[in-house]
Amino acid sequence: MKIHEYQGKEIFRRYGIPVPEGKVAQSAKEAHDVADTLSGKMVVKAQIHAGGRGKGTLKDAPTVHGVKLVDSADAAFAHAKALLGHALCTHQTGPEGQVVRRVLVEAATEIAKEYYVGMTLDREHSRVAFIASTEGGMEIEKVAAETPDKILRLGVDPAGGFTAFHGRKLAYGLGLAGDTAKQAAKIMASLYQVFVETDASLVEINPLVVTKKGDVIALDAKVNFDDNALFRHPELAALRDVDEEDPRERAAKDAELSYVALDGNIGCLVNGAGLAMSTMDIIKYVGGEPANFLDVGGGATADQVTTAFTIILKDPKVRAILVNIFGGIAKCDVVATGVVQAAKNVGLKVPLVVRLEGTNVELGKKILAESKLAITPASDMLDAANKAVAAAGGAK
Amino acid sequence: MSVLINKDTRVLIQGITGGAGSFHTKLMLEYGTQIVAGVTPGRGGQKFEGKVPIFDTVEQAVHATGATATAIYVPPPFAADSILEAADAGLKVIVAITEGIPILDMVRVKRTLSAYPQARLIGPNCPGVITPGECKIGIMPGHIHKPGKVGVVSRSGTLTYEAVGQLTALGIGQSTCIGIGGDPVNGTNFIDCLALFNDDPKTEAVVMIGEIGGTAEEQAAAWAKAHMKKPIAAFVAGSTAPKGKRMGHAGAIIAGGKGTAKEKFAALEAAGIHTTANPAEIGVTLKKALENRR
Repeated sequence: MKIHEYQGKEIFRRYGIPVPEGKVAQSAKEAHDVADTLSGKMVVKAQIHAGGRGKGTLKDAPTVHGVKLVDSADAAFAHAKALLGHALCTHQTGPEGQVVRRVLVEAATEIAKEYYVGMTLDREHSRVAFIASTEGGMEIEKVAAETPDKILRLGVDPAGGFTAFHGRKLAYGLGLAGDTAKQAAKIMASLYQVFVETDASLVEINPLVVTKKGDVIALDAKVNFDDNALFRHPELAALRDVDEEDPRERAAKDAELSYVALDGNIGCLVNGAGLAMSTMDIIKYVGGEPANFLDVGGGATADQVTTAFTIILKDPKVRAILVNIFGGIAKCDVVATGVVQAAKNVGLKVPLVVRLEGTNVELGKKILAESKLAITPASDMLDAANKAVAAAGGAK
Repeated sequence: MSVLINKDTRVLIQGITGGAGSFHTKLMLEYGTQIVAGVTPGRGGQKFEGKVPIFDTVEQAVHATGATATAIYVPPPFAADSILEAADAGLKVIVAITEGIPILDMVRVKRTLSAYPQARLIGPNCPGVITPGECKIGIMPGHIHKPGKVGVVSRSGTLTYEAVGQLTALGIGQSTCIGIGGDPVNGTNFIDCLALFNDDPKTEAVVMIGEIGGTAEEQAAAWAKAHMKKPIAAFVAGSTAPKGKRMGHAGAIIAGGKGTAKEKFAALEAAGIHTTANPAEIGVTLKKALENRR
């Protein structure tokens, strides 16, 4: 689960990680009020979940950027007014952009140098690792690809946890010295605490800056949580912002389905993540384009299948639907009942190709046949993909 | 003709009285798996279906029944604890079916398991392990399998059934099928399973099913190039998956541009592994791999 920068900074504050003074505002008036409490130059930052907000611009006003340095409360008011309620496009949002509903107004920082510090899971070694770089403010993937020697990696053994040497290794490894290095080492320790205590999946400060006075401060905060651990952090689960989610993905999540919207025209309804990905792959293999990834899960119920259909059909691009079920725990007859129920409730406006295999397959096929619905049965995955692609208007 | 489990494996079920646990225990019993005990704290002394004794702790169950393998069906918040309890009780094969265990729980579990060298964890978030005709520990549909000489190892559940179904339809049986699970931190990886199949005299070839995310397939490819004596047929799911989106499994995500199917296919091909981009041809690809060898 993703959260906003301002929420990440509130967590950082609780753990003693220095962040600029400031507050979130939901209106231009509020932005003015926050700015009144600050002195000197200020920054107004659009709060959306996507990255690249500084370079990003408004969809309907390409000269207005998502982040702006201002020198008065009136200017803060003006920029907040320009951003709020408008879609901001960044390299991560796609061409439609994401509507700005909040801005963060905070004191500007006099930057001497920018760094990058992130923490994530090191899958290869099954432990949490720091990634740090002297190339702050840049996209870390780019730095890693182009100048891998500028990337510092440090894994933390879960048995021993973070100890002081980890902090020293990172701070001195970044070339810091004196009190600045001590401040940085302390921030690293706190960052580890944030990661472990919130069950984060990603914590990123980009940039972490050293000010002209030699202080270390987090100018940005990106925190993602492990969805599987939210059950033990209700206070963090409450930070979810549903406005930032794709409405179809949100509806799927609420029905405990796994859905990802794609650009094609063949809707997919599959049980199991691996089979769902493979179904997309085989559609592409025979010349079609999948409209979505949708995993109804191992123990799909008829109601879940109905919800899945509803979600797929909300996508106006969908020209055909491919149902691919290999029954294990999920039984073919249950899925077939769900398909029939959905077709009757939702109304089937596009051709439907169904491939059933595994547990109770004969019963499932019988239910579909007796429903008198216009369903094209398929004998295997390849047959199903070919028929779905043909039904959607043929291969490209 | 198998690895990890066979007809003599004595199995206990952690979470035997829960919904998933009881449902699948019945199916495993029907398949012929020797289920000797169940564990549900507070239900010790009762019997499951009138025949399988239930214990309060894994240690008691092992002591009383001589179980050597366990299947874990307990809910995610308690699953890490159950895995460690199984390892502490001396069990050798620990199959964690549970989906949705917090990642940091698994990081700690994996580190702690290094103190229990006898314990092999399979999963979590996996369909389990089956040696067809002998022993089924997990949630896979037993009837699609057929005893034989091909080992199957996969990060997926239903896609494994798909591949096994294709093999069986071609008349090709399986020695053992291992689902290693779709989580980013798991107990047993591809290399562990390839090594087991490599050393199993009755396994003649291996089907390997990977998916996007991480570098387990690339590492397995490098290992196979150096050590594998038997042909491998491989498929990687997720060629069409977009970047940065989790595709169902917690581990199936292209993060920071890494972990794409393209990279994985390239690594597998460079290692001389037979690959197919068509998931409907996994069985045929294995068949070709076997024929080429002869």
